Amino acid sequence: MQSCLIRLVDLRKSFGRNVVLDGLNLDIHDHESVVILGPSGTGKSVLLKHIVGILRPDSGQVFFRNQRIDNLSERNLEPIRKRFGFLFQGAALFDSLNVLENIAFPLREHTDHNDSQIRAIVADKLAMVGLSGTESKMPADLSGGMKKRVALARAIALDPEVVLYDEPTTGLDPIRSDVINELILKLNDELHVTSIIVTHDMTSAFKVADRMVMLSRGKVIAEGPPNAIRTNPNPEVQNFVLGKASPEDLEALHRNK
Amino acid sequence: MKFVEQLGAKALAAVETLGDYLCFVGTILYWTFRGPGRFARRQLLLQMFDIGTLSIPVVMITGAFIGAVLAIEALPQFQSIGLAGRIGSVINISVVKQIGPVLTAVMLAGRVGGALTAELGTMRVTEQIDALRAMATDPTRALAVPRFVACLIMTPVLTVFSDVLGMAGGWVMAVKVNAVDNAEYWLHTREALDLYTINTGFIKAFFFGAAIASIACYKGFKCGPGAQGVGRACTESFVLSFITILVMNFFVAVLMNALAPSGGGMF
Ligand SMILES: Nc1ncnc2c1ncn2[C@@H]1O[C@H](COP(=O)(O)OP(=O)(O)O)[C@@H](O)[C@H]1O
Ligand SMILES: [Mg+2]
Repeated sequence: MQSCLIRLVDLRKSFGRNVVLDGLNLDIHDHESVVILGPSGTGKSVLLKHIVGILRPDSGQVFFRNQRIDNLSERNLEPIRKRFGFLFQGAALFDSLNVLENIAFPLREHTDHNDSQIRAIVADKLAMVGLSGTESKMPADLSGGMKKRVALARAIALDPEVVLYDEPTTGLDPIRSDVINELILKLNDELHVTSIIVTHDMTSAFKVADRMVMLSRGKVIAEGPPNAIRTNPNPEVQNFVLGKASPEDLEALHRNK
Repeated sequence: MKFVEQLGAKALAAVETLGDYLCFVGTILYWTFRGPGRFARRQLLLQMFDIGTLSIPVVMITGAFIGAVLAIEALPQFQSIGLAGRIGSVINISVVKQIGPVLTAVMLAGRVGGALTAELGTMRVTEQIDALRAMATDPTRALAVPRFVACLIMTPVLTVFSDVLGMAGGWVMAVKVNAVDNAEYWLHTREALDLYTINTGFIKAFFFGAAIASIACYKGFKCGPGAQGVGRACTESFVLSFITILVMNFFVAVLMNALAPSGGGMF
């Protein structure tokens, strides 16, 4: 068994009758940057939540550095979760706290830094996401893209080993998106972070990926380096990469006219 | 057969929920004594202000009017048997033992319980609770503990406000408006209102505060999806706290009367 950072084995998860993960296998290695592709509603967010134990599988296993974690209690998961940064699809900022306090939250919880040290770290992380000086703003006063970037600053506040990005560039203009892409690359290169990035943004995907994984109907249907995915013969993969609707989708559209 | 089956399933689910709730209360108490961390400590003062200070006017107004109405309804009865002065003990015992704590708790269940459930429910629906967990933070420790402790401290404090205004309301109507003798009014009050009676009121308030906060937080954390889920959780939280307050009131009253030092009046 080759040593890997995260290993998902035959993961299955249903919500009621809705089967979301259907025997999914995936290995993620140290310091790589993996992009997860797939149409909306295939379970990409659900997959990310399984990696840190926010959701538990119905069956199958999740390993982190060869330790099985899907059956750990919440309390025993805490030391592992501290090593992760998680950017939620909906940002999930605490809306009763301002930007400073949001980013300071994990620092107050898990470090002994005093207020001025915390302020310095927050300013540093905000600068990384291009939002310097917004410390006193409330989440309600931020645009969707700004919330996402504050949430990203919060996710990397504790300098995690692994960062899970759930659609980091959705809702950002192309230039801001590229800033986030550069940030992902920078964290990988300079801090040797392992990144798992869920995205629909193919420009971003091809820029940051060492490896791409395509999900469909709860399984991995294609996996490999970006070039292999670009030339993958599977029509489902091709349509996704090229951003083309499949003939079945179009047929449904014309039938309904 | 089908009916019995369904009833059984319902009962099982209820027992399971109760067990889950008690575990939740256990976790709150565990973290309250272990220390809930820097963030929760900072939240405590804010919560005490939100829960306590902002509730003072409501609690004072309702207290004063209940005390006053008690006086005008009971006074004719006492006057007809020539014992008008005794009304002091009746009003003040009722206020301190029952009306003050129960009314305060009911007002808090509505004003604070609803708001807590809505806040935590919204946090759940918008994945803020999951975000806490992803940041290796137990939501019970960071969110429920400061709210619980704030309620525990503020409910007795608010009860004092309600009591004082209730007593004042009763006194104004009896002594100032209906010319009951002031000295006699207080004499009878002093005879009846011993320390045990006063403590009964505070012990109740303490338990009510614990019930309101723990039910409100529990319902918020277990909130269903969407705006509808939040709305439903708020309603359930209020109804459940309300029932719990009244049932608890009965049992604490029975217990405190049984434990009373000198037989202590069955009022
Ligand atoms: N907590 C939940 N309860 C019930 N169903 C859920 C939950 N989370 C996700 N789902 C369902 O799982 C499916 C996959 O969702 P998701 O992972 O968010 O998709 P995406 O790939 O777009 O991120 C959807 O059908 C969604 O309705
Ligand atoms: Mg998603």
